[in-house]
Amino acid sequence: MAEIVPSEKPLAVNPLKVSQPVGASLAFLGLAQAMPLEHGARGCTSFNKLFFMRHFQEPIALQTTAMDQIAAVIGADGNVVEALRTIADTNAPEVIGLITTALSETQGADIPRTVRAFRERHPEHDHISIVAVSASDTLGCLETGFAASVEAIIAALVPASLSTIRRPRQVNVLAASMLSPGDIETIREWIETFGLQPVVLPDLGDSLDGHMIESGFSTLTYGGTRRAAITAMGESIATLVIGPSLARAADLLHERTGVPDHRFASLTGVEACDAFTQTLSDIARRPVPARLERHRAQLIDAMVDCHFQIGGARIAIAADADLLEAAIRFLPGAGAEVVAAVASARTRLLAELPVDRVVVGDLEDLENLARDAGADLLIANSHATDLAARLGIPLLRAGFPLSDMYGGHARCQVGYRGSRQMLFDIANLLAARQRAVPPYRSLYWQGTPREREATATAPAGVAQ
Amino acid sequence: MRPDEASALRDEPNCSHNAGLKSGCARPQPGATQGGCAFDGARNALLPIADVAHLVHGPIGCAGSSWDGRGSRSSGATLYRVGMTTDLSEMDVIMGRGEKRLFHAIRQAIETYRPAAVFVYATCVPALHGDDYVAVAKAAQARWGVPVVPVDCAGFYGNKNFGNRIAGDVMLRHVIGTSEPDPPPPAAIRPGITTHDVNLIGEWNIGGEFWSVAPLFDELGLRILCTFTGDARFREVQTMHRAEANMVVCSKAMIRVAQALRERFATPFFEGGFYGVAPTSAALRGFASVLGDPALAGRTEAVIAREEAAVETAIAPLRPKLEGRRVLIFAGGHKSWSLVAAMQNLGMNVVATGTEKSTEEDKDRIRELMGPQAHMIADNDQTSLLRSFDEHRADILIAGDRYIYPALKARVPFLDVDHVRSIGYAGYAGAIELARNLAVTLHSPVWQHARTAPRWARHAA
Repeated sequence: MAEIVPSEKPLAVNPLKVSQPVGASLAFLGLAQAMPLEHGARGCTSFNKLFFMRHFQEPIALQTTAMDQIAAVIGADGNVVEALRTIADTNAPEVIGLITTALSETQGADIPRTVRAFRERHPEHDHISIVAVSASDTLGCLETGFAASVEAIIAALVPASLSTIRRPRQVNVLAASMLSPGDIETIREWIETFGLQPVVLPDLGDSLDGHMIESGFSTLTYGGTRRAAITAMGESIATLVIGPSLARAADLLHERTGVPDHRFASLTGVEACDAFTQTLSDIARRPVPARLERHRAQLIDAMVDCHFQIGGARIAIAADADLLEAAIRFLPGAGAEVVAAVASARTRLLAELPVDRVVVGDLEDLENLARDAGADLLIANSHATDLAARLGIPLLRAGFPLSDMYGGHARCQVGYRGSRQMLFDIANLLAARQRAVPPYRSLYWQGTPREREATATAPAGVAQ
Repeated sequence: MRPDEASALRDEPNCSHNAGLKSGCARPQPGATQGGCAFDGARNALLPIADVAHLVHGPIGCAGSSWDGRGSRSSGATLYRVGMTTDLSEMDVIMGRGEKRLFHAIRQAIETYRPAAVFVYATCVPALHGDDYVAVAKAAQARWGVPVVPVDCAGFYGNKNFGNRIAGDVMLRHVIGTSEPDPPPPAAIRPGITTHDVNLIGEWNIGGEFWSVAPLFDELGLRILCTFTGDARFREVQTMHRAEANMVVCSKAMIRVAQALRERFATPFFEGGFYGVAPTSAALRGFASVLGDPALAGRTEAVIAREEAAVETAIAPLRPKLEGRRVLIFAGGHKSWSLVAAMQNLGMNVVATGTEKSTEEDKDRIRELMGPQAHMIADNDQTSLLRSFDEHRADILIAGDRYIYPALKARVPFLDVDHVRSIGYAGYAGAIELARNLAVTLHSPVWQHARTAPRWARHAA
């Protein structure tokens, strides 16, 4: 049980938190032929689009209702209707995600009513689904915005009918925001190994994995979950929910469809992977394939090989709650100790984490906690680069954004192999730093050539 | 190398076991041998001399897979970390171009890196086809005015220990005594503290571990002319003959260097080590006693009292995690008994210790520590070592790095005490680090994972 320590500073320094609208938009970026539309000022979307572009190194479908000062004062319903019409006319998406921001929420925008107004005025666009999500910046974080969108997508697109299983090899996967496109690809292959066909919602692994397409640039998403597949989620044999943040979305899907679900806090680490593998084996009624057994044995081997380096390592983490929990549950199994945990926003489950304390705060809090605790390694997003340098300890980049590296979105930290790679990465980062004895220069060297030698640095390790 | 030279290197007139069979000289069993060759031993012994170009004369097999594997650290010069080899090709061997190639290789090393000296390690192939590397070294030295030292260390001459002896012998013949030390810098002279010049022979500064000990030497007024060879410089090796006292650290193989210095320059020496609290204190007392300086002896006792108290404070919280745990040690030579003492001090139960590279004197010390029935393991085969581990119901294996992965595959907790490791265990600070790492390994949760089968496998079984 963790004590939750809310940050009481008036000033957030080096923010860790990314806003709800970003997360809410991200979920729509995992749908096929989709366009997220943020209801706010143009700046919100401009920042968010750039944020995604840097993280994914991809063009990003994202639009804005472009509220100006007049709309902000006298009402922006017109902006919403016009934005929806423009997108429908010019881009012809299957799905538009209409996402509020702090500006429109503060203004008191009544999104459902505005959508009804659009429907009345533009029946020619009835075939386009509009999913409205309330995602004020003033609440939550990227993860909660993402989860709100997933819930809203289910509410809007999955018909409420307790159906019989019509697709006995199909499983639903609700994938939380902590999962990268690389993670989702891995999860898909994992499931397919058992002869099952996953419908992943949202499928960032299909849309933001970074792949060239024949037609070149697209204003909409480059892949993702098809609307038709979402509609048919009620016909699946089971739902796999990955990430505690999707609990409400999972509850809703279950309520709508009656499809039994299996929930996983994370898929990193041998225990988490075993639980998922066992579930797949049970659902598919198939034995665990030899290839997975081998990957498991490889992970165990890596845990043993890396335990010298990772054993006793003091790790400080800052992340959204799901990722924080995944790390807190994974690292001690490899022998590391989580000495500081900072969450971007308060969630229901933080108190259940097996650490003494979780601070709800920013990267300044992380810096102070890590320094006080004598941390050996940081796990945080790219914004922690400078503070890692100040602390003189390595940084394992995780979360959002990963803006100062290539392939952050493609990195896989789930599954037996992803867990193994994460261990290797951590061990390499720690090795690069090593608890090295600093060179000692004898006082008897004064005036000799040895005094003038430049201090040798420790041999560079494999940094990541 | 001539047979008489080789047997002279194996001779230990001061050793009470000289007449009998010496375990360090046992012929390797083809098909069941672990451990390095004479080249490995010679280069390992000299490589830490940081401002020297270490040039391996041979085909790529000698240096190619081994050139960046030494954990010795330097406080400044980094040339020793540059891998150099003549990389002899088939045509070099067939056409006899090895000598010419070596000559130009030395030139390139000197012109590119301006080394304090070049050490040429002659390996099996040039020894076999008869390159006259001694003549080449001589010619190169004359041509470029940089000392070029030939090290005749073909791998087939013997084991790693023998290579260590070769290294010491080469230094005695070609390097030690060829230069005089500077006077101690005035700024380092402190009132009431007489400066004594000393050498440490066989201290390799693995992972920079000697840097945890070195400040104590400065504090006590002991100027180290040369740590032979960890973080050493060529010039320091040249001046070793002027020390007032030598300490042979950890290595029987290097004792000949100390013996020769005693014979030629009447420098007294003693043996000891820095692994563990008691050996470190004994080493400091050793200098005070050999140097016969009562003021030094008094300062030494004060330093020891201070440092030992600090270690005890740091280790106290770890003790409950270590006490009573069963340890199997498999480390050569001096470490075969010094580690026994260190583990016993931590309250651990040493169930057996290896004696692969140990002398009869080392074995006597083991018996002193573990009793007359001490279980010693001479067989260095990995499979039988792991069997011993099971038979003794040990909790942890402490051994050199070549045993690490076999041990880990067998799900055996392991602590690496080899020369390539990058964690320092020497001195008082090292004793704390050692205890900490023992606790980490013994209590790592990975062993539980490694021994637990997943549910689907348990059902199938």
